[in-house]
Amino acid sequence: MGGAALRKERDIEATAPCGRCGGVMPVSADICPACKALLPPRAADHFRRLDLPIGFELEAKTLERRYLDLQRRYHPDRFARGKAEDKANALRHAAALNEAYETLRAPLRRALYLIGLLDPSRIKDAAATEKDPALLMEALERREELAEAMTAGAIDAVLARAARDAEGVVRDLAASFARRDLAGAERLAARLKFLDKLADDARARRRVLSAG
Amino acid sequence: MLLQIHEPGETPDPHASDAGHAVGIDLGTTNSLVAISRDEKPEVLRDERGNGIVPSVVAYGDDPLPLVGEAARRMLLDRPEIVVSSVKRLMGRGREDVQRLAGLLPFEIAGEAGGTVRLVIGGRRLTPVEISADILRALKARAEAALGVTVDKAVVTVPAYFDDAARTATRDAARVAGLEVLRLVNEPTAAALAYGLDKGAEGLYAVYDLGGGTFDVSLLRMEKGVFQVLATGGDTKLGGDDFDHLVAERFLAERKTLGAPAPTAGETKQVLATARLAKECLTDRTEGSWTVDVGGVPTRHRLDRATFETMISPLVERSIRLAQGVLEDARIDPAEVKGVVLVGGSTRVLLVRRRVAEVFGRPPLGDINPDEVVALGAALQAEALTRGSDTLLLDVTPLSLGIETMGGIVEKVIPRNSPIPVALAQEFTTYQDGQTAMMIHVVQGERELVQDCRSLGRFELHGIPPMVAGAARIRVAFAVDADGLLTVTAREETTGVESRVEVKPSYGLAPEDMIRMLSESQEHARVDMAARLLIEARVEGRRVLNALRPAVAADGDLLNGAERAVIDAAVARLEKAIAGEDRDAINAAVAALDEAGTDFAQRRMDRSLRVAVAGSTVEQLSRRIGADKA
Repeated sequence: MGGAALRKERDIEATAPCGRCGGVMPVSADICPACKALLPPRAADHFRRLDLPIGFELEAKTLERRYLDLQRRYHPDRFARGKAEDKANALRHAAALNEAYETLRAPLRRALYLIGLLDPSRIKDAAATEKDPALLMEALERREELAEAMTAGAIDAVLARAARDAEGVVRDLAASFARRDLAGAERLAARLKFLDKLADDARARRRVLSAG
Repeated sequence: MLLQIHEPGETPDPHASDAGHAVGIDLGTTNSLVAISRDEKPEVLRDERGNGIVPSVVAYGDDPLPLVGEAARRMLLDRPEIVVSSVKRLMGRGREDVQRLAGLLPFEIAGEAGGTVRLVIGGRRLTPVEISADILRALKARAEAALGVTVDKAVVTVPAYFDDAARTATRDAARVAGLEVLRLVNEPTAAALAYGLDKGAEGLYAVYDLGGGTFDVSLLRMEKGVFQVLATGGDTKLGGDDFDHLVAERFLAERKTLGAPAPTAGETKQVLATARLAKECLTDRTEGSWTVDVGGVPTRHRLDRATFETMISPLVERSIRLAQGVLEDARIDPAEVKGVVLVGGSTRVLLVRRRVAEVFGRPPLGDINPDEVVALGAALQAEALTRGSDTLLLDVTPLSLGIETMGGIVEKVIPRNSPIPVALAQEFTTYQDGQTAMMIHVVQGERELVQDCRSLGRFELHGIPPMVAGAARIRVAFAVDADGLLTVTAREETTGVESRVEVKPSYGLAPEDMIRMLSESQEHARVDMAARLLIEARVEGRRVLNALRPAVAADGDLLNGAERAVIDAAVARLEKAIAGEDRDAINAAVAALDEAGTDFAQRRMDRSLRVAVAGSTVEQLSRRIGADKA
């Protein structure tokens, strides 16, 4: 005789009592549905914090939207009339969101963070610049090129080339991470860091030129 | 009571919507404003003559209470030595800073080196915080008079470029004035808020804010009710006052060639007032001439717009370069900016408008009064924080924050333009064997050397166990809250020894100053209480008059000539009392009018309500009407 098998209808989420009002609170929630008490942020990596899959490829639009949606929920201004404890927790939530957002927003910081997350044994700050002779050579040549740029046009050309190259490096980084080639990613990150710095210096030089 | 013979709802109860009103305050260098928002409709609160602007000018005369605003500004002519203006420029600044400030300050500066600045005015020694508090008190009083309720909460705006010391000083000033600051909001953010909510604009916007004493430029993204500051820059010592100074210097040089004597400090203020007038005139006219009449030697000075523009061009270009720098910081091309919001009276100067339009390739937005836009935005935010709303302001740190390391080098912990709130930490170590204490020197600024940055405070971490140099792991954590105020914590990680400070800026208020000012503000509170009772009496008096007038108009035929005369006399007495300052007189007049109108009220009730009042008194009946209303 086939006994009536229990069929799983849906997951029933575990609950825990709210620390303030004692009401039922799903364990995944951090705002009590009854009394609106806010729990402190949980430990999480920056991707998880923003509800994003761990990986290098990231649509800027998606990141923005997640970040703004979560800030809308957790920002201290949302708890301006709340209890001091909620305000303090909101501050911690908002700060954690800001740190995650700032880290993941720019490709270089995202790449360095991801390398450390995937393999904590790797040195996060790539000192590989000095180790890579090809990059050293390139750095020398392009610094010279910038030093010789005497017009806004020439500086803009340096900037445009750096921007083009950086785009290429970002594409290569995505491929490296997809292959789980972290050593390769580290080398590429070092090159991206150089290109970013070169662009910063070029902009500074153009400012000096236009102010002078 | 007379009022109660009216139909329920006929006369609005002025106290009906009292609860929890919070105002928005634009505490400006030259002018300040206070505004209130209801249902997302902000309005500037004005005096009886319709003026919204309160000049940020305070006069300290013989009366214990200072004069603030237009009245203080008028004192400039007779007793300039007791008048202070542009005090915002001194907020959070030390004596050395103040002496370096461009533009001669026409009053004596006191205070020990490295300590709090005090201005010696009319025999009093006052800190900028106290003077600002007096302006804030006047704004609070204006709001209370206009709204007829107590106002004790506010959103106060500050320049985005204000450093931690200046922000703390502003918050302290509000506290001394009896206002709880719900939030310090950056002025450009407030301006964008005023525009954004009105128009539902989305995209990238720049805010170019040239006020009397400060210049700010900010880049904001607006999306679905979230205002995100992407980058901000500016100069706390650049503003329309500098234009006035240039014009004044020209006039003074011309006077010198005419042989006029050198002006006194007070006379310099008068020349500045004339210079300001000239500047304002040159927006509408291409040329003009003005008379400077000081020291008994009147002189006439011509100035045309082209010359004026040549004079101020270096200052305008400085602001333009700062604007371009902010765009570069955020990696934004000017063409991506959907609109430029103009804030501050100085953006009325045509050269400024022209140059902004050229840089951004589009005419700037200016359809909200640039003097009022910041206060309106602050009022909207005050409403959002007290009533709840979907709007959210995400600000950034205007300047990098860091600590001093060996050799006077700054190690940045929180970079400029980081979104706030933010909490970041870095590890440092000892540099001597057996070192058991460490001085943490917190600085703010973009320069590499401590001496070029602004010192925010120092504190010591004690009790580090003796170890070889470099072995201790000291974690220094910086936390900036949503108002942009900083807390620094230092902790030795191997032992857990911790030291924590809320960074009190070195040039802000000493704790004993704060205590003294708070106790003084309690003394003021007694005066404030009297003022509040007077306001309440006036509100009550107006309510009674508002109730009576339509009643007499509708049912005046119920009164004979003599009765009518009695009521008219009582009305006149009450009107006169309301115009005066005597609370008891107002209350007595209200009572007298009640008395005079009782019979009339009774008759009106018989007619208009057509209810049997057998055995009922007016009181009983009106209570019944009140119950129907509830």
